[in-house]
Amino acid sequence: MSFAGSVVSLSGSEGGFVAPGPDSFNLPPVFTVAGVGITKPMLELFLAAILVFWFFWAASRKRAMVPGKLQFAGEAIYSGVRNSLGRDLIGSKDFMPFVPYLVTLFFFILVSNWFGSIPFIQFPTFSRVSMAYALAGLSWVIYNAVGIRRHGFLGYLRLQTVPGGVKGPILALLIPLEFMSNLVIRPITLSLRLFANMFAGHILALLFATGGEYLLLHADTAIKPVGILAWVMAIAIAFLELLVQFLQAYVFTLLNAMYISGALAEEH
Amino acid sequence: MTGSANMIGYGLAAVGPGIGIGLIFAAYINGVARQPEAQGRLQSIAILGFALAEALAIIGIALAFVL
Repeated sequence: MSFAGSVVSLSGSEGGFVAPGPDSFNLPPVFTVAGVGITKPMLELFLAAILVFWFFWAASRKRAMVPGKLQFAGEAIYSGVRNSLGRDLIGSKDFMPFVPYLVTLFFFILVSNWFGSIPFIQFPTFSRVSMAYALAGLSWVIYNAVGIRRHGFLGYLRLQTVPGGVKGPILALLIPLEFMSNLVIRPITLSLRLFANMFAGHILALLFATGGEYLLLHADTAIKPVGILAWVMAIAIAFLELLVQFLQAYVFTLLNAMYISGALAEEH
Repeated sequence: MTGSANMIGYGLAAVGPGIGIGLIFAAYINGVARQPEAQGRLQSIAILGFALAEALAIIGIALAFVL
């Protein structure tokens, strides 16, 4: 399996430093199945799904009255997502059917993001934009489907595009705006937010790591110590990234819950 | 010295969301300091506001690489 670091061209002394860019994310296929190259982020999708499934399966295998350590951990994080994201945002009447989706989504994204910081994997799955598009597309289908099922097609369109308490010609301005923002732009910003955070975090880590290597090995003696500083920064950035990765998983799930609750709401 | 002017543009564009996110969390900290029991309610609102302000920076970084 190719690691992210080995893909970035570590330039020699004669070539000068080549900064990592969007091309650093085009990993070569690990292996090829029937003409389709299987790349590292594709394998990570499977790994993340298996890890999340395994964790909750192991945590809920022995459902004891007095929970063991693993069951306690599983229950704590499950009820954290259920209460703070499901019940508080969607409302205690409707939230139960969406809890499996929200919990799965949160832990799938969390594990996928943390792959960006786990040694020897070190590639966040969602730094490829197509992965983020797929998740946002799923959430777009879900919140529109529950809205249409609750209100009917025209009722749902009215709910999403006509703001309450507004009358007259200003509606002509607001309806296209609301339509664009609620039904078109939403999935785009949802996916781009996750993608760009992972992309920016990974490119920052790449920049400090490869830049530090270049300064230490290929630069003039006078500025070699700056390379050590760059590597210290790379470590500091990695810890900041752990926080950002968690926050993005949380925000993605939070916005999903908000959209579902907006689609189920009676009136603005 | 070579490079893309897009990145300077993105740096300038990131000022706006930076100020916005600062204001959002300043208001959140103020609110929690005045009424600590409201933290649970304020937290999700603050993070939502943060996500919406951040979307501008995100669109910026996407365009900086695309254009």
